[in-house]
Amino acid sequence: MAMAMAIRVSLLFFLLLSSSLLVFSLYEDQAGLTDWHQQYLGKVKQAVFHTPKAGRKRLVVSTEESAIASLDLRRGEIFWRHVLGDNDRIDHIDIALGKYVITLSSKGSIIRAWNLPDGQMVWESSLVGKNPSESSLLTVIDLKVERDNVILVYSSGCLHAISSVDGAVLWNMELESVELKRLIKPVDGEVVYAVGFSGSSKLHSYGINIKTGELLKQDVVDFPGGFSGEISLVSREILVALDARRTLLVIISLIDGKISFEKTDIHDLVPQFSGRADMLPVNLEGMFALKCSSYMVFLRVNGQSKLEIVDKIEASAAVSDALAFEEDQLAFGIVKQGGNNIHLTVKLGHDYSSDILKESIQIDPTRGLVQKVFINTYIRTDRSYGFRALVVMEDHSLSLLQQGNIVWSREDGLASIVDVTTSELPLEKKGVSVAKVEEGLLEWLKGHMLKLKGTLMLASPEDMVAIQELRLKSSEKSKLTRDHNGFRKLLIVLTKAGKVYALHTGDGRVVWSTFMPNLRKSEACEYPVALNLYQWQVPHHHALDENPAVLVVGRCGNGIDAPGIFSIVDTYSGKELNSLSLTHSVVDVIPLPFTDSTEKRLHLVVDENRNLHLYPKTSEAAAIFEHEFSNVYWYSVDAENNMLRGHTLKRNCMSEVADEFCFSSRDLWSIVFPSESEKIIATVAKKSSEVVHTQAKVMSDRSVLYKYIAKNILFVATVAPKGAGEIGSVTPDESWLVVYLIDTVTGRILHRVTHQGSQGPVRAVFSENWVVYHYFNLRANRYEMSVIEIYDQSRADNKNIWKLILGKHNLSSPVSSYSRPEVMTKSQTYFFTHSVKSISVTLTAKGITSKQLLIGTIGDQVLALDKRFLDPRRSPAPTATELEDGIIPLTDTLPINLQAYATHALKVEGLRGIVSVPSKLESTTLMFAYGADLFFTHLAPSKTYDSLTDEFSYALLLLTIFALVAGIFVTWIMSERKELRDKWR
Amino acid sequence: MVTISRSNLFLSLSLTLCFCLLLPTAHAFSSGQIDGFTINGRVKIPNFGTRDYGLPAKTSNIKVILNGGQRVTFLRPDGYFSFHNIPAGTHLIEVAATGYFFSPVRVDVSARNPGKVQAALTETRRGLSELALEPLREEYYYEKREPFSPISLLKSPMGLMVGFMGLVVFVLPKLMENMDTEEMREAQEQMRSQGGLASLLGGVGATSAPAAARIN
Repeated sequence: MAMAMAIRVSLLFFLLLSSSLLVFSLYEDQAGLTDWHQQYLGKVKQAVFHTPKAGRKRLVVSTEESAIASLDLRRGEIFWRHVLGDNDRIDHIDIALGKYVITLSSKGSIIRAWNLPDGQMVWESSLVGKNPSESSLLTVIDLKVERDNVILVYSSGCLHAISSVDGAVLWNMELESVELKRLIKPVDGEVVYAVGFSGSSKLHSYGINIKTGELLKQDVVDFPGGFSGEISLVSREILVALDARRTLLVIISLIDGKISFEKTDIHDLVPQFSGRADMLPVNLEGMFALKCSSYMVFLRVNGQSKLEIVDKIEASAAVSDALAFEEDQLAFGIVKQGGNNIHLTVKLGHDYSSDILKESIQIDPTRGLVQKVFINTYIRTDRSYGFRALVVMEDHSLSLLQQGNIVWSREDGLASIVDVTTSELPLEKKGVSVAKVEEGLLEWLKGHMLKLKGTLMLASPEDMVAIQELRLKSSEKSKLTRDHNGFRKLLIVLTKAGKVYALHTGDGRVVWSTFMPNLRKSEACEYPVALNLYQWQVPHHHALDENPAVLVVGRCGNGIDAPGIFSIVDTYSGKELNSLSLTHSVVDVIPLPFTDSTEKRLHLVVDENRNLHLYPKTSEAAAIFEHEFSNVYWYSVDAENNMLRGHTLKRNCMSEVADEFCFSSRDLWSIVFPSESEKIIATVAKKSSEVVHTQAKVMSDRSVLYKYIAKNILFVATVAPKGAGEIGSVTPDESWLVVYLIDTVTGRILHRVTHQGSQGPVRAVFSENWVVYHYFNLRANRYEMSVIEIYDQSRADNKNIWKLILGKHNLSSPVSSYSRPEVMTKSQTYFFTHSVKSISVTLTAKGITSKQLLIGTIGDQVLALDKRFLDPRRSPAPTATELEDGIIPLTDTLPINLQAYATHALKVEGLRGIVSVPSKLESTTLMFAYGADLFFTHLAPSKTYDSLTDEFSYALLLLTIFALVAGIFVTWIMSERKELRDKWR
Repeated sequence: MVTISRSNLFLSLSLTLCFCLLLPTAHAFSSGQIDGFTINGRVKIPNFGTRDYGLPAKTSNIKVILNGGQRVTFLRPDGYFSFHNIPAGTHLIEVAATGYFFSPVRVDVSARNPGKVQAALTETRRGLSELALEPLREEYYYEKREPFSPISLLKSPMGLMVGFMGLVVFVLPKLMENMDTEEMREAQEQMRSQGGLASLLGGVGATSAPAAARIN
């Protein structure tokens, strides 16, 4: 009895210890153990070299992900980087005073200066103009007096001169209807010339004093043929423009502010010319380049308006701007591609025939064509000039070429991930030698002895370093085989450029990458768009000799009616197994819960005529689908017309050619929201892959509620049309948010709630039987998060034990959307401090582990918030039984726990999405967050209750066992003695 | 094994009102079609750069965000920031700085009398006489490692195991001695009928049960 009591006491003690509030937390030395973080920039738009003779050599780049960064020229590492706002695109960059990086962004309305060494913003100016326009110009002019630089900016119909020291506007000049195209720097003197168009045929020129902004000269001419708008600067006095039909070249000479022009037919210069020509937007001294359909011509302007064709090369070549070096020499680079090599040629501006540099560099052919090239010069040891070139490839990667080698390259395409999925790794092969195991055992023991020293605080600093190294370098985590816990996987990502990468979850390295041939720009498809990834084939029961495969979906063109592109990629090797150019468009892809005999998943593709196409197109798939024909429903959201529609299949398509894989559909139901009072801003559905462990939820009074876990529920949020804009644009009285839960099979509205005085943006996540959404409350001027939980009332009367015994319960009846069960909802609302970019939820293998919300905050961090904080049962003063159930007392604000950041001290700049993937271990889920940066970590929402942590000290366990054995011996001897003593008595 | 979060350790940062000379200014642009105002403010972090742990915080990485991402700006070296061309109305300013927790600030830009800006912290509902934003607290993203102590060793499962063994060996016999002989006989019978409670206990019971049984 006493012993039983003792056990009870010790168990209670143990429970007490383990039931303290579980928080995801990390020690500082654990950072980087299971997580990795990678920084990328995106496709480089513009690059400026900063190579002083002494000191660090840098490269400043601006990208299409609106990032500005300074890179180490030697290694390609990021010194500093800033990601500007989403609608703050960088138009131009330059370097002023040799120490400031100047960026012009937001269509030329914001100019900022950044300190080159550390990236600190030095000044910022806002430029206002009357005629907002897309194009802008930026020129930094060295005044050569008082070491001052003047920055000339043209934007929104106004020319500004800005001091580079403090960003003060020195003068500005309104140019009513003229759109400036070129600013011509003065070599010496103080007059800057500006050239621009007004209307379609008028060409203006201005001569302006830089210091005062005084208009010194002005001229305007009328060209009857009209201009195309493109203009190229050949020299300080000669410009070349194209006429409106793009068949005539207009050579403009600008002498002392006076314009005169002459025209030449392109056909006279290039006899085989037909169609339309484009100006290549590069500055080449004394020359200009024209791009025709399949070739590119370089033309030289000799003397006054004499044109001469210099060279003709293929159109895929990339040409750099001219670069001044050695006093008055100018050079530019041309990059051509042939096979696996790229050929870099650097030519002198005034002498095209001679090459200063000719190099051929082998490059990975999966990177596609060279898109852009930037050149820079350096002085070799023999005092001659050498050239290095920065190339931007078609897959958005960036490489620096020097002396026929690739010095470094960066996979910056990973900054623009479109979709993510995962794949298992191959199984480990048998046959590990015994010697290897023994060696491993020794190493293993050594490692644990070191760790024990660490815990007991006996380790020297060197030991600590060794411990840290040991933990970070664990080769286990980066193996290319499947592991027991399912931590090692491949993250398959699709980027905007149309490249598919496989990243290893252990260390984040790229295992393979494939540039999808049909997602590359080609004659057949001018503007391919990468859309989504789907699991095509996941062999795990049978067909195990086949490799898993993913389906890459794209579209050929921007319109929704553009034809679709399919590619099937083997996830072990990255090889494209099959590719299809579809005849129909792709509006939506519905993965069906059916697989064929080789475990290929059946997919339905919805086209713009609401016809459905079944893939894979095999007779086996068709036979499987035949069975389920009457069970297929889907819905479509028409945000433009404020409408939701439910559809079902009708019959095979009506077309001339019989197609057994095409089905037409009919509308089942539709919900039209009143457009004068509501506008759809968000729809969120449940993840089909989610596993729910139990339907029952035991309340604190021991009653049972049944979760309503039907998969076909859609969360729809609408706002007042006035409140659809930015925060603060409406008053609370004229704004409201309405939230619906809609069954997508029957169109039944299960729940509707209105939040008065609230507005979007709405971010929501739907899981199990609950939905959590985030919005802005205008009355309180704070963000709010609400939770709605849905319960199934029709199963609630199953409490009677006799019913259970007699089998008269409906617990085992399937959850069906055909029935109309009574549902009950519970909801609660809390304040939340931050703006939210994205919300996701942790998914585990069996759904037993409690859930955490993964909230991507405006500060680009990921907060793992326990779902228990968003439990509608929370009350200000919970009863003892409720507290025992783990109900947290109600607070008006959701607490932000400092250690609850999954990204700990790191930031995922430009965060766009968070993905949670279950591992085989129930307690642990894998989280991947992507934006301009990538971040991956393991999360254990209820701690790792099913495995020993890395922290577990095996050596301490061994010590304990020794202590216990010793104890047994001691007590044995003691009891022997006592017995002997008793016997003597 | 068991970690208890200590979030309030870092609340030590006292909220001191700073008396900088900047007044919240808003002035209408004379030029330009968009009738916009400018919001000027400053971010002030006490003891900046003197943190004894965590990241080397840099002002260059602090972002100031208007209306949940509508505009993003950065700090000048002196900590000042400004948003230009802002329409009149209510706005929300957030400061994103790793290592610090800032409350969002509600800013009212008045159209009727330009030059008037009202600001209030949304977390504490405290009005600001000027737009000087200070962190409410510093954030430390990692659990602090506790220094080694014998108590923590005892609290670990292994420590508990040894402790329990000690308890059984040394305390249990004392309890047994105090029992009546009849009660003891009853207990022994009960134990026998239950068919070995010891086996239920696993390793812990197995090592201690023989010792306990033999002593009587």
